[in-house]
Amino acid sequence: MASNIWVLAETWRGQVTETTLELLTLGREVAGQSGSQLEAVLLGDKSLAASLGAADNVLCAANVEPTPEAVAAALAQLVKERQPQAVLVPWTNLSMDAGALAAAQLNVPFVNGCKDLKSDAGTLVAQCVVYGGKLEAAVSATTASTLFGVLPGSRSAASPGNAPTVTDVAVTLPEAKVKFTKYLEPEAGGVDITQQDVLIAVGRGIQTQDNMELANDLAAALGGAVCGSRPVIDQGWLPLSCQVGKSGMQVKPKLYIMLGISGAPEHIEGIKGAQVVVAVNTDAAAPVFNASHYGINADLFEVVPALTEAVKAKKG
Amino acid sequence: MNILVLLKMVPDVVEELEVAGDGKSLDTSFLRTIINERDDHALEQAILLKERHGGKVTVVALDAPDIDDTLFATMAKGADRAVKITDAPEGMTTQMAAKLCGQVVAGLLPADLVLTGVQALDDLDGLSAALVAQQLNFPYIGVVTAVTAGGPTATVLKEFAGGVRGEFAVTLPAVLGVQAAEKPPRYVPVAKVRAVMKTNKIETVSAPGDAGAAQIEVRQLAKPVVSSHAEMLEGSPEEAAGKLVELLAQRGLL
Repeated sequence: MASNIWVLAETWRGQVTETTLELLTLGREVAGQSGSQLEAVLLGDKSLAASLGAADNVLCAANVEPTPEAVAAALAQLVKERQPQAVLVPWTNLSMDAGALAAAQLNVPFVNGCKDLKSDAGTLVAQCVVYGGKLEAAVSATTASTLFGVLPGSRSAASPGNAPTVTDVAVTLPEAKVKFTKYLEPEAGGVDITQQDVLIAVGRGIQTQDNMELANDLAAALGGAVCGSRPVIDQGWLPLSCQVGKSGMQVKPKLYIMLGISGAPEHIEGIKGAQVVVAVNTDAAAPVFNASHYGINADLFEVVPALTEAVKAKKG
Repeated sequence: MNILVLLKMVPDVVEELEVAGDGKSLDTSFLRTIINERDDHALEQAILLKERHGGKVTVVALDAPDIDDTLFATMAKGADRAVKITDAPEGMTTQMAAKLCGQVVAGLLPADLVLTGVQALDDLDGLSAALVAQQLNFPYIGVVTAVTAGGPTATVLKEFAGGVRGEFAVTLPAVLGVQAAEKPPRYVPVAKVRAVMKTNKIETVSAPGDAGAAQIEVRQLAKPVVSSHAEMLEGSPEEAAGKLVELLAQRGLL
């Protein structure tokens, strides 16, 4: 029997994350293809093992602080001792640094941005999103116990199932040089974009802060709010609370209109719950058109004023 | 404080990317490269720290097309030194490049902080910051959006999801993978870059030692096979906007 497939269980404020459960679904497929067992690695609160019943077994080390340093050291130690075939790590802000550091300590690759993983004649091959979603690479590793950073949304979440068996494991951690002190909540106030029916999302293509007015006008005509992708938040043109995607909010509007957004996976991750998605972009090959229902391949500075007027005219 | 910043050039994904004849790599014949966006944020964070605390910022980068312009621009923005690593093998993976860069960085110590982008668009087999931290045996944390220094530790904010951030105390020296600087990367006029080109020099070092072999194999590089594509609304901007409004009205969204 081949050695086991592992999933690093990610926990966030007392709960196992949805991404962990998605990785368990994927991990189960891969384990099935290679005739191996599926194990979850839970570093922290043992009571959370009850949510990980989709795994055959849970390896639990309870004394690990939620810092990338501690998680990486514990994971690397367990991998060395038990030599799994592969470790699936959530490719999220929470876990990407821990996965990368554990791989560095083990001198194995951390294969990034995987949206799929399959066993091909005994070798695992990952389908990885690169260059902001413009291309994909099929990647295999030449090492044993390779770590794979798997994107959220790769599969549906596994149901918790029956209570799994839990194996307590001991890890020895180095002196902590990275210490968690506190959480900082997003500033309250302003628009709660997670509760809006209509969202106008603005990306790098908007070019300047003055041009935000175009999006505001369209949002006003449609009765919605304006949100943005990373570059617009980085520029300070919208507050952090208006960011959609990996680092920001998960939104579920009835209508989501993207202006000048390329469609990198980090952004698309946040709009899985949107009902009708529209994209306006000058690049006909932009990945955003693969994630939209309707597309307009044109300059947003021409389309948006026309759209605002057409909406006003239609609404009377 | 002494800060080292590790930069790299990546393909500009605003341009069309083509796969080379081998079906496994990027066609570089017409490729336009730009500074990795997260590295630009790492540089900005370094300059902000220098402005607050004094000290020196040294930028390190592997040789690449257009790298000289990029390095002069970093000095125009406020970096004190720029070091270019030459004679490195072509087609290195992130793991291999980090192995070389880490050795150069080790030669430039002591430093309080080593900053680089949390990730790059072309990473496939690891994250530079974590790999370099492991080589240097420095503590590391990624997805960083703010750094406050002072004393033997730095207070670092890491971004989670939903706008929540975590505050961490990090013992220095450390390596940080920067997601975003506290302010947008500053703009520097071309005239200032030109002036710096006349007064400053880029230092060069030969790639030290061996980058090792790749531990991954790219079997195929291709445009994504998509299960769905948007229904494209054609015509002039006014016509496309009109069609969209009709579709939205039909769906009861107006």
